[in-house]
Amino acid sequence: MNPITGDNIPAITPTFRFQWEKAQNCFVVLYPEGMVKLSHSAGEIMKRCDGATSVDGIITDLHKEFPDTDLDVEVYKFLEVAREQGWIRTK
Amino acid sequence: MSKSTNSWRWPVNKAGSEQSKLPQPLWLLAELTYACPLQCPYCSNPLDFAKYKKELATDDWIRVMREAREMGATQLGFSGGEPLVRTDLEELIAEARQLGFYTNLITSGVGMDEKRIKAFKDAGLDHIQVSFQASSEELNNFIAGTDAFQHKLEMARLVKKYGYPMVLCFVLHRRNEDQIRDILELAITLEADYVELATTQYYGWAYHNREQLIPTREQLLHAEQVAKEYQEKMKGKMRIFYVIPDYFENRPKRCMDGWGHVFLTITPDGTALPCHAARQLPGLEFPNVKNHNIEWIWNDSPDFNKFRGLDWMKEPCRSCPEKEKDLGGCRCQAYMLTGDARNADPVCDKSPHHHELVATIDRVGKLAGTPEFEAKPILFRNPKNSKKITSDKETLPA
Repeated sequence: MNPITGDNIPAITPTFRFQWEKAQNCFVVLYPEGMVKLSHSAGEIMKRCDGATSVDGIITDLHKEFPDTDLDVEVYKFLEVAREQGWIRTK
Repeated sequence: MSKSTNSWRWPVNKAGSEQSKLPQPLWLLAELTYACPLQCPYCSNPLDFAKYKKELATDDWIRVMREAREMGATQLGFSGGEPLVRTDLEELIAEARQLGFYTNLITSGVGMDEKRIKAFKDAGLDHIQVSFQASSEELNNFIAGTDAFQHKLEMARLVKKYGYPMVLCFVLHRRNEDQIRDILELAITLEADYVELATTQYYGWAYHNREQLIPTREQLLHAEQVAKEYQEKMKGKMRIFYVIPDYFENRPKRCMDGWGHVFLTITPDGTALPCHAARQLPGLEFPNVKNHNIEWIWNDSPDFNKFRGLDWMKEPCRSCPEKEKDLGGCRCQAYMLTGDARNADPVCDKSPHHHELVATIDRVGKLAGTPEFEAKPILFRNPKNSKKITSDKETLPA
């Protein structure tokens, strides 16, 4: 599979569920009989994977919320992991 | 949001790195009914299931789900018996989904049709796990005690058609272990997302039938090789879970990830258990959801605290450097094989009872395939046999 680029548009895979868990105080990814707890920043990326926003758009939006952070490389790294795990799809 | 509470960290957490003060019942297994059209001889239901006739009402289940969800439960399994027998299943699914559960239907597929699969989807069901008894129609129907194979195939296709992630579950034992290649090919044909090659766990009916079910060492070696081959071949397309049966290991499994740690089972009559096999343990009453709320049951009931942590352990577990890793194994297995639930699980080679387990495996290995040994009848799981076993037990001297 090609590496993720800025104009890719990621979306949550329909066979996975992404939601906020109050009891865990974090976002989680749910799948048959399993759950992955996401860190704060992973949750921030995943919640922007709406199937309409490009990776560039997600990064721009994250910079607004975290202005002094160099996060671009980490966003790409995380999206690669998320796609490999099947949580997201890209188009 | 202020920046100080909104810090940026590397996105993927180490699983379980955040320890909360009290364990949470993350996994709620709702055994809706003991009724089942199948008769699988390795069923995990208790042998005396026929004596529990009163099932929880819809309202009771809804309350249980709500209370468990408030306690942090996320995964919900509808199981049984055959959960499809319950006519309120659609209603329960809808309620569970609304509460925010990830809902799993664990089924034989018998009692399902396209109309119901669609209704479940509309109600918000997340996932359907369909069990098969074998890859061939003849063996499948023999083990299931009913002609279900063709219907299962049809249901598996419909599960895919309606966009559910599909888990196919095959319970492995001596009779079907050698079909492993055909089993995996069947899973590929049916486009399974996950395949669970579930090794028979020797509790309940399986324990009663264990001489007829325990595989040989050669069978296991072969199965493991084939499973690995397909894991490699199907990487990224289909996830294959294969675990070596614990009877063949030298260290016990970390059973249920700990007693009262993540797992909560509610039986059809409302009894709350830390695992679905625990009902057989003597000296425990186990609370019922009709008399107590889930919070009390999970946090405060004596039975859910009985084997929590490490303080209950005897030797050789107490002084063992690995005790935090496996927590002494399975309490039910310790009870069944040694007579004391506080003993080390005899799967562990530090247990003084380990050699008895090895002797059983050796004996089965030697006798397997001989006509006399294989002619011993399997006891199928049905109400008639359940009642017979219960009455036989009660007539035995104490």
